Amino acid sequence: VCRLHGRYHEMAPNVVPMDYTKDPDVKLPMQLIINMPELKENPFKERIVESFSEDGEGSLSFNDFVDMFSVLSEMAPRELKAIYAFKIYDFNTDNFICKSDLEKTLNKLTREELTAEEITLVCEKVIEEADMDGDGKLGFADFENMISKAPDFLSTFHIRI
Amino acid sequence: EDKEGDDSNEEDSGSQQNGASRRKNYQRKSRERKKAGEEGSKQRDRGKKAPTKDQKESENKEKKTTKTGKEEENKQKKDRKNSTSSASSNSSDEESLSEEELAMLMEQVEQKKKLISTMRNKPWRMVKKLSVLREAQAFVEKFEGALGKGKGKKLYAYKMMMAKKWVKFKRDFENFKTQCIPWEMKIKEVESHFGSSVASYFIFLRWMYGVNLVLFGLIFGLVIIPEILMGMPYGSMPRKTVPRAEQATAMDFSVLWDFEGYIKYSALFYGYYNNQRTIGWLKYRLPMAYFMVGISIFGYSLMVVIRSMARNANESTADGDDDNFVFSWKMFTSWDYLIGNAETADNKFASITTSFKESIVDEQESNKDENIHLRRFLRVLANVLIICCLCGSGYLIYFVVKRSQTFSKMQNAGWYERNEVEIVMSLLGMFCPPLFETIAALENYHPRIGLKWQLGRIFALFLGNLYTFLLALMDDVNEKLAEEDVVKNITYWTLLSHHNSSVGNDSSATPPPLDPADVPRGPCWETTVGIEFVRLTVSDILVTFITILVGDFIRACFVRFVNYCWCWDLEAGFPSYAEFDISGNVLGLVFNQGMIWMGSFYAPGLVGINVLRLLTSMYFQCWAVMSSNVPHARVFKASKSNNFYMGLLLLILFLSLLPVAYTIMSLPPSFDCGPFSGKKRMYDVIQETIELDFPVFVAKIFSYVANPGLIIPAILLMVLAIYYLNSVSEAYQRANAELKKKMQMQREEEKNKRNNKASTNPTLQDLEDLLTPNTKTESHPKQAEDKKIESPDRTSPVRKPGKGAVVDGSPMTGGRGAVFTPPPHIFVTQPLPPGVRAPYPGQPRPWGHPLGPVPGRGRGQPRY
Repeated sequence: VCRLHGRYHEMAPNVVPMDYTKDPDVKLPMQLIINMPELKENPFKERIVESFSEDGEGSLSFNDFVDMFSVLSEMAPRELKAIYAFKIYDFNTDNFICKSDLEKTLNKLTREELTAEEITLVCEKVIEEADMDGDGKLGFADFENMISKAPDFLSTFHIRI
Repeated sequence: EDKEGDDSNEEDSGSQQNGASRRKNYQRKSRERKKAGEEGSKQRDRGKKAPTKDQKESENKEKKTTKTGKEEENKQKKDRKNSTSSASSNSSDEESLSEEELAMLMEQVEQKKKLISTMRNKPWRMVKKLSVLREAQAFVEKFEGALGKGKGKKLYAYKMMMAKKWVKFKRDFENFKTQCIPWEMKIKEVESHFGSSVASYFIFLRWMYGVNLVLFGLIFGLVIIPEILMGMPYGSMPRKTVPRAEQATAMDFSVLWDFEGYIKYSALFYGYYNNQRTIGWLKYRLPMAYFMVGISIFGYSLMVVIRSMARNANESTADGDDDNFVFSWKMFTSWDYLIGNAETADNKFASITTSFKESIVDEQESNKDENIHLRRFLRVLANVLIICCLCGSGYLIYFVVKRSQTFSKMQNAGWYERNEVEIVMSLLGMFCPPLFETIAALENYHPRIGLKWQLGRIFALFLGNLYTFLLALMDDVNEKLAEEDVVKNITYWTLLSHHNSSVGNDSSATPPPLDPADVPRGPCWETTVGIEFVRLTVSDILVTFITILVGDFIRACFVRFVNYCWCWDLEAGFPSYAEFDISGNVLGLVFNQGMIWMGSFYAPGLVGINVLRLLTSMYFQCWAVMSSNVPHARVFKASKSNNFYMGLLLLILFLSLLPVAYTIMSLPPSFDCGPFSGKKRMYDVIQETIELDFPVFVAKIFSYVANPGLIIPAILLMVLAIYYLNSVSEAYQRANAELKKKMQMQREEEKNKRNNKASTNPTLQDLEDLLTPNTKTESHPKQAEDKKIESPDRTSPVRKPGKGAVVDGSPMTGGRGAVFTPPPHIFVTQPLPPGVRAPYPGQPRPWGHPLGPVPGRGRGQPRY
């Protein structure tokens, strides 16, 4: 935690006080957070920060910050990780992963190197595979079911600090 | 743990404040608070479900509602507090709590505690977590004291205090433990540059280092140190002295480098140990200890390997063979969140793209197969070629070892002749894998399968080499055994004649002892074997380091600095930078460990050498990777291959156990060196110890146990048990598969249902259209009423507060309106009372997931 606080502090030394006993209300904007070396290369960095920030705009208080790294730590249980992964991949925050979310994910993953047909094909495939209730988009239950069977979700969905 | 620590810190401060403010509260309030707590927990549950299920509203609204809900509840609580405190201030008889109330309280406290312990797993905001946690903790703190008001008050308080202390201690200890893990930062750094698969190699290396450290501790603590401290000093016995003929050159570096001379007659090797039954003032039974340590090394390694395998298998509960979700997994789990380096990220993007393209192609051409005969022919050809290679390398090693035996008889052998075996083995290990890779290109396998094949082949090569080496060594040993008999007689006669001559000179005096360096001695095959292993290990270390230095570092330097004045782009073109070869490195490590296991019985110092090697290679390879390697273009999964490595390790452990067991059980130890000299077989030590050191009845028991009449049934029993367990696990597997099939079926069914519904809906509509005239005529006024009731509800999402609390299914209709808009005339034909509105005829309740009413929203509804 001290390390976390150190990291949080060093991102904006003039804003964040070293002493947290008085419980000040300080938030850091998204721009600072996503420039952390741990997050810098992540294609979903904006989404990660957004889904952990309390106001949904991407600025994190220290509590949110700790929250983020506790979910992304190795100790966090699979269900918790799944919940936040769902949030991260749900780009338009409608609580469903629909086709547009999938397309965005895919584009971020491949840096838009796939053709449009390929993308639509893949998206269709994904929905066909994972959509249990047949409503054409992935609800959280679908997502959890799918992710709980994925072999390397746990090993890849964490950040070490 | 970090987070936990944080929680506790903040909790501590928070709970102190809270505790101070609440300490004045009275017992009576507990009942009121209980109610409030129940409500609170209900709400909490709702809050927990809410983010997973909230349908249409954005999260923000959700949060607001829950928050406001909480605030209001707090207010309520405060009100209650005030009222009750005024009411109950006069009734301050705290002792009048009945047993039932106590039990209730206890339950409450337990519940709160449970909440605290499961807090971490709930998807709440940290702020909320903190506040709830503080509340719960304050509650627990307060009423734990209250609980103790009865009989066992002090004991209870003491128990609680100790429990708290214990928890704190455990937490501190955990933190301490995580800080003690060596090289964590280094591995993390590598991980961030190269992804998790390369890091998995280093974690494997670290694990190996831990195992070897334990082995080293065993050997060093139980064998080498006692021997050095309490055994006879160097030069006191023939086996501990360098023979006269070698003394002149015993300190030369070239001799020492071959582990001859003084090193050969040191505690590093088997031959140095004495066969005295007990040594020193402790009466330490060294031969016994030597034997037991030799066995326990294998026992411990087996246990550790199997345990970690089982743990790995447990961790990957979902086996990867379920290929239902190829694309989904690729989509959602392919990004490695550990990557923090731009170059790696580039590579990762590229590899993800290619993997997507590959699977698209696979998907498109899964049933297309062109020219299967040619491919089959090529595969057979490749396998034949590889088998030829393996046989050739095996023969080469056999030939070389044979030749080295003739060389060893010649005195003036050069450096090359003496080290031929090691050189040839290292060269084979260096050049065969690339050869296999080129041959494997013929086969045109899927890369992952290809990798497995490649690993298997290299492993077979190493293993074949090791075993031919062993066979050749066996020949050597047998020869030495024959030689030994001759030498034994000679030694006997020289000693006798020496004795006789001294007796002849002066019969009264004791014979002057023969200088130990002059005694003729046997070849001591155990030490020879040990020396071979040590030499092999050392040359292996050197080759590894030199390959890294030349193949990676020099190449990287060359590419980096010559690139400025070269005719083509070196970095992108032919030489480029080296990749980190995970499979080769892991195999090298496994193979090396096998040699250590085999050799440690004959050369106890080998484990020490290996510990040094692992330590240096950790730092060296970390440095080399960071300085001169580029991340992989193609990354293969770390988590899956982990158990594969362990399987290889187990295999090689077993294979290295075989020759050692063979020598222990069936070869006679040499007569004049080592802890077992003078015995017929090595395991005679145990019998000796049992007979001499234990009371008689223990010996009797052992003799009964060792009786074949008992051993055979025991083995039979074990086989039966294995059979039984195997069949049970098979049954489980079958059940598992069946369940999987069922789930699949259900899935299909559900999908079909969806499709059918889409198709049946129109027919239903038609039917209802047919029916409507009758009903319409019958219930016209009712219809109008219903319409009135329904229409506001359906058009505006805002609901009347009274209804909001009632079970309502229509937010779902709103959310899924695009898919299923129930035709309006359904309402017309089937007028439902507003309370039981949920099950629409065209829209049955059971969804794929429990889409219950949204409680958080339901409660929050009235507020906006």
